[in-house]
Amino acid sequence: MPIQTRGEVLDVKRAGAYHVLTLTAGSIPDQARPGQFVAVAIGGGESGLLLRRAFAIHRVNSRGVYGGTLEIVVSVHGEGTAWLADRRRHDPIDVVGPLGRPFSIPRDPINCVLVAGGYGSAALAMLVEELHSRGCRVDLVLGAATEDKLFGVLDSKRLASTVTVTTDDGSTGLQGRVTDVLSDVINRSAADVIYACGPMKMLQAVAGVASSHGLMSQCAVEESMACGIGVCMTCVLPVIGDDGVTRMVRSCVEGPIFRGDRVRWSDIGTVPVGTYGSTPLVEETS
Amino acid sequence: MTRAVVRQHVPSKPEREPNVDMTARLASLALPSPVLTASGCSGFGSELDGFFDITRIGAIVTKSVMWSPRSGRATPRMAETPSGMLNSIGLQGPGVQAFVQKDLAWLMERGARAVVSIAGGSVEEYVRVTKFLREVKGISALEVNISCPNVENRGQVFACDARAASEVVSAVRRAADPAVPVFAKLSPDVTDIVAIADSVVRAGADGLSVINTLLGMVIDTDRMRPALGGITGGLSGPAIRPVAVRCVWQIRQALPDVPILGMGGIRTGLDALQFILAGANAVSVGTSVFNDPSAPIRVHRELAKALEERGFGSVEEAVSFAHRPEGYEYEGEPVE
Repeated sequence: MPIQTRGEVLDVKRAGAYHVLTLTAGSIPDQARPGQFVAVAIGGGESGLLLRRAFAIHRVNSRGVYGGTLEIVVSVHGEGTAWLADRRRHDPIDVVGPLGRPFSIPRDPINCVLVAGGYGSAALAMLVEELHSRGCRVDLVLGAATEDKLFGVLDSKRLASTVTVTTDDGSTGLQGRVTDVLSDVINRSAADVIYACGPMKMLQAVAGVASSHGLMSQCAVEESMACGIGVCMTCVLPVIGDDGVTRMVRSCVEGPIFRGDRVRWSDIGTVPVGTYGSTPLVEETS
Repeated sequence: MTRAVVRQHVPSKPEREPNVDMTARLASLALPSPVLTASGCSGFGSELDGFFDITRIGAIVTKSVMWSPRSGRATPRMAETPSGMLNSIGLQGPGVQAFVQKDLAWLMERGARAVVSIAGGSVEEYVRVTKFLREVKGISALEVNISCPNVENRGQVFACDARAASEVVSAVRRAADPAVPVFAKLSPDVTDIVAIADSVVRAGADGLSVINTLLGMVIDTDRMRPALGGITGGLSGPAIRPVAVRCVWQIRQALPDVPILGMGGIRTGLDALQFILAGANAVSVGTSVFNDPSAPIRVHRELAKALEERGFGSVEEAVSFAHRPEGYEYEGEPVE
């Protein structure tokens, strides 16, 4: 069950184009599982920025000097994220979490390929640890537009069997997209499953490559949301259910992890024809 | 009018429960708290129950439900605005039958009071939904969301036309369980909200919910297109609070006895107090829940403290107090 807690900023570090914030957050670090996120209030009780910002839980430490702490990775692209990057040690911060459904973890020690775009890798760090501790082989593919927009490359080398880096401009690693190298990595590692986090376009491409290899993919989506707890209905996307019916589902509570073959990636931003409730159903008499 | 007497603020000790009767009388209802949630801002209640005990507030006002399941609109459905937000959800929902079986059943089981918001694209749909709900026992009140386009009249919004609004309200009132009060939720996007209020009360509304969102629009300057998939959206949050307080004030002035559920940008106990002083019998906390999921219970606490500090023994004494005649506060000694 998610909680709301008044935490404290312990540290703000620069990491390339990003800021890494370490926060105390009550019992959230103890409860958090890989793939879950927190929703952070911006600017205090009188703030004109009402909507919480959602961040993947990057790391947790449940036995620190300050009790449980967690890390989030912030990319500054607006007033709210700028406020967060501006925090200093001991500043108060209101955190709700852990939110969303976590990644499914395989029971057996299988081979896993994890793909991240930009700071999407922040959402995969706990997953890497979890998979590694269960004896899974982990191969990582990290891509970004430029070198400074990669996140966590060095750190991932600790537990991953291989780390393949791509950049659009070739400033480091291989020039190109993650999907240019993904098939090779899948073949080389004899992958059984794909995990991914990053922009929608990348997730769509990764889900496509996974399917072409007959593999299941689990994708963590980044959809903008107002509340993070399932009441505002703004973060929906068209997803095919077990019954084959497409529904507009909330990425905060039904996600943020979705099976790649279930999300109607090309139809995001629309209500596809035939979506549940999109046209009046056959009128029943009552 | 109330008999309370204004005194100097006496700050109370934080650990003590304020000695204020927080019972809210709203039409035929007596609610243990004057603070409710607002339709569309608290789902069907279950998501908030982990953050505070939802049986301790006045009621959960559920998300507007229609006859059939609805997918809602395409994304983006939301844009942040100064001290507020714009939304264009398109009444996504499960349809009244699934709502009753699953969501409302859960609320009843949980022991929470439910004010059920209903919507429709035609008078007939409102009536159908109402008749279905009539068979369900335990609904505290119906709130009629009349800010829906009328498919039978070029998409004209019911709430913006006194005749259309009255037609819906009177049809719902006739179809509903006579013991269940019917509230009409008014749109501020009208020339004269008092005229609409008067019409729907004459049409049989037992009370008024004041106000719904204001129609707004944001242009995304990167894409140079409307920011919302639905192009326009409803503006809510503290940005609209002065408009909402004004609407409550005007309606209370014209209709001294009509039960009013006030809402629009309430974030703190003092915000809630403004609405009550302006004439609201109870209030709804809406968009602030997105910022602070425990806002309804916090607003209740802050309101109780604010009432006590001003010498009120109950919520009821404070209702419409800002309408008291000039010089009223100088008359006589404290009543007790």
